[in-house]
Amino acid sequence: MHRSADDRLFRMTTGIFAALVLLLVVGIGFELWRQSLLSIEKFGFKFWTGRVWDPVSGEFGALPFIWGTLYSSLLALLLSTPIALGIAIYISELSPRMLRQPLSYMTELLAAIPSIVYGLWGVFILTPIVRKLELLTPAALRKFPLFSGPPLGVGMGTAAIILSIMVVPFTSSVAREILKNVPIAQREAAYALGATRWEAIKVAMGYGKTGIIGAVMLGLGRALGETIAVTMVIGNNPQISLSLFAPQYTMAAVIANEFTEAADELYLHALIEIGLLLFIITIIVNALSRLFIWSTKRRLVNIISIPPVVEEEKAA
Amino acid sequence: MSYSGRRKIVSAIAEALCAVAVILALLPLAMILFYVIKQGFTSLNWAFFTHMPKPVGEPGGGMANAIVGTLILIGLAATMAVPVGCICGIHLAEYPDSRFASVVRFAADVLNGVPSIVVGIFAFGLVVLPVKRFSAIAGGVALGMLMIPVVVRTTEELLRLVPTGLREAALALGATRARAVFTVIVPAALPGILTGILVATARIAGETAPLLFTALNNSYWSTNITQPIASLTVQVYTYANSPYDDWHRQAWAGAFLLVMITLTLSIIARLAVRGLERMNRP
Amino acid sequence: MMTTIEMERIATPVNREPAESGKGTSKISVQNFDFYYGPAKVLHSINLEIPDRRVTALIGPSGCGKSTFIRSINRMNDIIPNARAKGTITIDGRDIYAAGTDVVALRRRVGMVFQKSNPFPKSIYDNIAYGLRIGGMHNKRELNALVEKSLIRAALWDEVKDRLHEGAFTLSGGQQQRLCIARALAVDPEILLMDEPASALDPIATTKIEELIWDLKVNYTIVIVTHNMQQAARVSDRTAFFMLGRLVEYADTKTIFMNPKEKMTEDYVTGRFG
Repeated sequence: MHRSADDRLFRMTTGIFAALVLLLVVGIGFELWRQSLLSIEKFGFKFWTGRVWDPVSGEFGALPFIWGTLYSSLLALLLSTPIALGIAIYISELSPRMLRQPLSYMTELLAAIPSIVYGLWGVFILTPIVRKLELLTPAALRKFPLFSGPPLGVGMGTAAIILSIMVVPFTSSVAREILKNVPIAQREAAYALGATRWEAIKVAMGYGKTGIIGAVMLGLGRALGETIAVTMVIGNNPQISLSLFAPQYTMAAVIANEFTEAADELYLHALIEIGLLLFIITIIVNALSRLFIWSTKRRLVNIISIPPVVEEEKAA
Repeated sequence: MSYSGRRKIVSAIAEALCAVAVILALLPLAMILFYVIKQGFTSLNWAFFTHMPKPVGEPGGGMANAIVGTLILIGLAATMAVPVGCICGIHLAEYPDSRFASVVRFAADVLNGVPSIVVGIFAFGLVVLPVKRFSAIAGGVALGMLMIPVVVRTTEELLRLVPTGLREAALALGATRARAVFTVIVPAALPGILTGILVATARIAGETAPLLFTALNNSYWSTNITQPIASLTVQVYTYANSPYDDWHRQAWAGAFLLVMITLTLSIIARLAVRGLERMNRP
Repeated sequence: MMTTIEMERIATPVNREPAESGKGTSKISVQNFDFYYGPAKVLHSINLEIPDRRVTALIGPSGCGKSTFIRSINRMNDIIPNARAKGTITIDGRDIYAAGTDVVALRRRVGMVFQKSNPFPKSIYDNIAYGLRIGGMHNKRELNALVEKSLIRAALWDEVKDRLHEGAFTLSGGQQQRLCIARALAVDPEILLMDEPASALDPIATTKIEELIWDLKVNYTIVIVTHNMQQAARVSDRTAFFMLGRLVEYADTKTIFMNPKEKMTEDYVTGRFG
C-alpha cells in the first residue's frame, strides 16, 4: 500500500531519466534527419551517387566521402585484425603469466591516447616516413593503381595505418575476453587427439568464431567514426581512388572541416545529411557487433567447465 | 621431414607471429609516447600554463585559456551526464528485467557507438542554432552526451554487484525504496561508480571533433559559458594545422598535457578497479 | 545384444596389423611415479602394470588422485602450469616421460574420453574427421571410410548415418559421449583412457557405454576411472584402488571386490566410506 506507492514513484522518477537516454538517441536521429531535409529533398538519392562536391556551385555529391570512409575503414581492418587477434592469442594463451597484466594494460593504453595526439604524431612523424616509403617505391610497383600518384606523404595509406593502430585495442580486448571464456574442455579434446598447441588454439578460435567476428565489427565501428586523426593525414581531397598514395576524404572529415564554413543552409544540410548516413551506418555495425558478441558470450558462459582434476585436487 | 614434424614447425612459427603482433602494436605506442614526451615536455614552460595565445605569427604565449576551458567543459559535461547517467543506471539496476530496461540498455549502447562528431552535430542543432551562437554550454552538452553511456553502464553493473541481501535488509527495516537505494546500495557501490565517472571523463578530455562547432574556440580568456571557449584539444588541432613552427611546438606541449591527463585518469581508474576487486573478495 | 555380423565388424582392427604383443601382457608399466601440483605432492610412488587389451579400472574416493594418474598416461597434465612428474611410465617399453618424447605422437597412440562429453561445435562428421585431418589425411574417400568405421566401433553409426553433417550438439548426452569415443577411436590409438565416461549420463546411456567398453577391449587397452563400483565390477578385468594419492591395492577385479587383501579396500568397496 504505502510501500508500493512509493515504489511506483521511485520507478517512475528514475524511469524518466532512463527515458531521457532513450530520447537522446531517438532525438539525435530525428534532428539529423530534420536538419538535412533541404538536401534530402533537393538531391534525393543522387546525393549518394554524385561524385562532385562543389559548394560554390551548389552541387553536392557525397560518393567520394562514402568511398573514403569505407576504403579507409576496410584497409584499417585488414591491417588491424591479424595484429589484434595475434595479441589476443598471445596474451591469453602463450605469454608467461607475469607478462599478462602489463601487456594487456599497454594494449589498453593505445585506446586511451586522444585522437588529436594520434593526429599530431601522424602529421609530423608518420607522414614524412610514409613519404620516404612512397619515394622508395620501385617503378615496377608504381604502375599498379594501388601505388599510383605523386608521393605526398598524406593520403589513404597513412590514414589506414593510423586508423588500424587506433582500432587494434578494441578488437583485441574483446577477442581476449572471448578466448578466455572458451571452455578448457575444447582445447583438451584437441590435445587428446594429438593436436599441436597452435591447432588447439585454432579449435578455441573456432569455438568463439561468432564473438571474434563481433570483435572485428566493433573495430570497424570505431574506424568508421574516427574524425580528427584521419582528417589530419588523409589529405582531404574529395577524389575516388584506389591508390594508397592519393589524398582522399572521409564523411567524418568533411563534416569537421567544412561545417563552420557552410555559408548557406543547403550546404549545412548537405553536411548534416552525411552525418545522418554516418549515424545510421555506425548504429547498424555496432548493433550487429553487440549481437554477435552477446550471443557467443551467453553460450560460453553456460558451458563453463574446469578440468575435473584441478577441481578434485583443489578440494583435496 | 615427417608431417608431424612439419605441423610442429607451423605451430612454432604461428606462435612466433603472435608475439610479433604484440611488438607491432606496442611499437607505435612507444613511438607516440616517445615523441609526445620529447617534443612536448621540452616545450612546456611556465608561460604555457599562464599566458594566453599570442596573435598570429608572434612567438611565445601559452594555452592558459585552453586549459581552463577544458576544465570548464568537463565540468559542464559532468554536471549533465552524472545525474542523468547515474539515475538511469539506478533504474536499470533496480528493474533489470523489464522490456523498457532492455530498450534503454540498447539505446545506451547505441549512444556509445555514435561517432563523436555526429553528437556534435546534434548539440549544434540543439544549443547553437536556436540562439545563433556558439557556446561552452553547447560543447558541454556534446561532451556530456558522450559521457552518459559510460556512466550508465558502470553504474548499472556496479549496483548489480551489491548483494541483494543489503537491499532486503534496508527494506525490511522500513526504508522506502528510494531511501534504501540512495542510503545503502549506492554508497556501497560508490567507489565503482566514481571510477566509472573517471573513465568517462578520461574519454571526453581528449575529444576534439564535437567541440569544433559547438564550443568553437576562443583566443582570449573567457569563462563565460554562453560564449565560445578555448579547449586544449581544439587549440592543439588549430596549432597543428598552422604553418608556424612555434605553434607546432606548443601543439606538442598541449598534446603532452592531454596525454598526461588521460593517462593519469586511466591509471587512477585502473588502480581503483584493482582496489575494488580486492575489497569485494571475501 | 549385438548381431554376429556387427560383432565381426568390431572384431576387425580399424586400420592396424594384428598386434604382436599377446593379450594380457603388460602394455603400460608405471614405476615409482610421483606427481606434483606446484609444491603439493598428489601422487606417491605409484607402481602398476596395466595389461594389454584388458580393461583396468581405477577406483577410489574423490580427490584420491585417480584422475591425475590417468591424465599422466597421455601427458595431458602437461598443459596445467606448475605440474611436475617424477618416475617413469613406459608404454611398450618406452618411457613417455623421457626427454625428447614426441608428446603429439604419444597422444595419438593414447586416446582419451572425458567425463563431460566435449564435442567440437562442428558436424558429427567433422568431429570424427578432426583427428584424421590434423594427421594429414585429406582424401575424401579415406575419410569417409574411417569415419564410418569409427562410428560403427562406437556403436553410433546406425543412429547417425543419415545425418552425418548435422551439428554434434543435436545429439543427446549419451550419443555425444559415444561420438567422443568414436572421435578418439578414429586416430587408431592402442590405448583408450576413459575418465568417468558415464558419470554424466542416464542409466540407459550408461549401459550402452559399458557394453561398448566390453566390446572394445578386444582391440584396445582400456583404463577407466570410475566412482561407480558396480560399474567397475561389471566392466573391468583388473582394478586398482587409490587413496590419498597412493595405490592401496591392485588385483583382479573379482579379488578386489570379493576378497580384498587390505582393510581400507574392503571398507571402501563395502561402502563404509567414500
